[in-house]
Amino acid sequence: MTAENADLAAEGPVLNKAILGGLKALSGVKAILALALCLTLEITLPPSGVQPPVDRQYFLYFLILCAAVFLLWPALFFKKPSLRQAMKGKDDFYAAVFIFLTVLNLLTDKFAVLPVIFFPSPDRVLSVLVEDFTYLIVVCLGSSAKLLLTGFFSGALAGLVTGIAIGFSKPAAYWLNPLIKILGPIPPTAWIPIVLVAFPTTWSGACFLIALSVWFPTSVMTSSGILNVQNAYFEVSSTLGAKRLYQIFLVGIPAAMPLIFTGLFSGACASFLTLMTAEMVGVKNGIGWYINWQREMLSYANVYAGLIIIAISFYSLITLFFKVRDRVLVWQKGMIKW
Amino acid sequence: MVSEALISAPLNQVPPSEILGPDSERASGVIEAERVTKIFSHPDGSEVTALKNVSLKVGAGEFVSLIGPSGCGKSTLLRLVAGLERATEGSLRLDGKLIERPDAERGLVFQNPYLFPWLNIHNNVAFGLRARSVYKLNKELVAQYLDLVGLAKFGRVYPHHLSGGMAQRASLARALINQPRVLLLDEPLGALDAFTRMNMQDEILRIRSEKRITMIMVTHDVDEAVYLSDRTVVMTPGPGRVETIIDIPFARPRARNTPDFLRLRSKILEILHFAGHFEEPPYQI
Repeated sequence: MTAENADLAAEGPVLNKAILGGLKALSGVKAILALALCLTLEITLPPSGVQPPVDRQYFLYFLILCAAVFLLWPALFFKKPSLRQAMKGKDDFYAAVFIFLTVLNLLTDKFAVLPVIFFPSPDRVLSVLVEDFTYLIVVCLGSSAKLLLTGFFSGALAGLVTGIAIGFSKPAAYWLNPLIKILGPIPPTAWIPIVLVAFPTTWSGACFLIALSVWFPTSVMTSSGILNVQNAYFEVSSTLGAKRLYQIFLVGIPAAMPLIFTGLFSGACASFLTLMTAEMVGVKNGIGWYINWQREMLSYANVYAGLIIIAISFYSLITLFFKVRDRVLVWQKGMIKW
Repeated sequence: MVSEALISAPLNQVPPSEILGPDSERASGVIEAERVTKIFSHPDGSEVTALKNVSLKVGAGEFVSLIGPSGCGKSTLLRLVAGLERATEGSLRLDGKLIERPDAERGLVFQNPYLFPWLNIHNNVAFGLRARSVYKLNKELVAQYLDLVGLAKFGRVYPHHLSGGMAQRASLARALINQPRVLLLDEPLGALDAFTRMNMQDEILRIRSEKRITMIMVTHDVDEAVYLSDRTVVMTPGPGRVETIIDIPFARPRARNTPDFLRLRSKILEILHFAGHFEEPPYQI
């Protein structure tokens, strides 16, 4: 065997390795294949014609955007480990997403197997998202956010105050505990008939309901968090010269923080529910109201667009919540991950 | 026949001031307990007498160990001195002043370090300064006391990253930074392994010789009591009282295996009826 032949023989595996490495660098071969399939079917198959037409091929644009991201991702973020990490190991997941979109597109747009009224094509949902973007985000989401945040923070504040009072003061516990035990478990939305009459505006009423739904879990968790603090911490702090007020704010409350956050989290979830119900029942704007309104007009593409907006914004809020919690509770080991 | 000669101290003996050691000239840090009785009343109406008629004087700069089986009231006595409990009868004084509530002048270290888990070690040690609103003037003390207990590099670490021995060092620094006149130690080394414990015993002696603080320690460990203290108060249960007080006149540093050391150790064990059975051989070689 000549030296030349040996070189050639060695070249095979090396080349294979290079190709494999290159494919790996694309960070998601399966996802890209699924995306390619989705794109091909979208371009080659004609629409069934049953779905109302849209101005532009938004789904196609969306897929091209995805393809650009997937192909350019490794090149763009090669040096940013955090962004590289975002794609790592998610190959199967993204592949499944594109398969789902392909099937959805086939069932709705291409063959119209599902009832057209209730199952709009991805094209139509995307077109609502793009064309009504300003209205959805600025008017609807803005109004919802204002209501939600006002309600959430006033409820959280009230919950912290009553929780701390119950945790540290016997008279407060005596008077507030029965109130919490009786009023707390009532679903906030059950108050709607009374709230609609008792409050000057539906907005203030809805705000109260959201606050109520945050107040209950926050209050319960704060007080039980404080009552569960080992007495030894208070004893140690008193032998270190800490007075009562100092003990409340710099021993009791920090020690109760993990449970306080659990309460705030339950409160946040309850507040989402209350917000949607309040908007669908009384308040005349907001994303929940939008969905209900579009449902009544049988514009299901808009309903889905609204749902997507809700999913994205609530996901962002919860993520933000957990980021704040992780920052506050760095001292804790073994936390529940979001 | 050995024991008769050894048990010499009468019950509830208040020691003469000569045995207070080299620090007796220091005026502060004298603890006096006079005929202290502590009765715990339970919600169901039953009462438990934890301490009955206990008198004890601890001199300035003295190291006293309280030893005895569980239920003898040694921890209760310590908690009374700390001010965490009030005596049912009798009085406790620090330098003549009645002890009524916990105070930074009487530092306390538990068996569990009870470091505040939400504060890093620096802030744990600084807790007392902040609680007394003197942190800004004494910031540099934190580094000094961290250094004193050998944790100079661990200020930014959170408690759950520390080993048991290190956590106990941190809690010592946290109690000492207030410059208390008395340091109360409630089985401070009980949860540590044997080697860490012996290290920590030397550490406590070093801190004591540096800071000249009166120390009262509750312990289950006879060796520890003999190794560390100037006097050992042997207590018995039902109800808790002082059985006897044993002077440990050895100079420091002490060796753990001298005949004198072992003799005192077995004397204490005998008083506590834990010496075990030993039959003298019928003949001698």
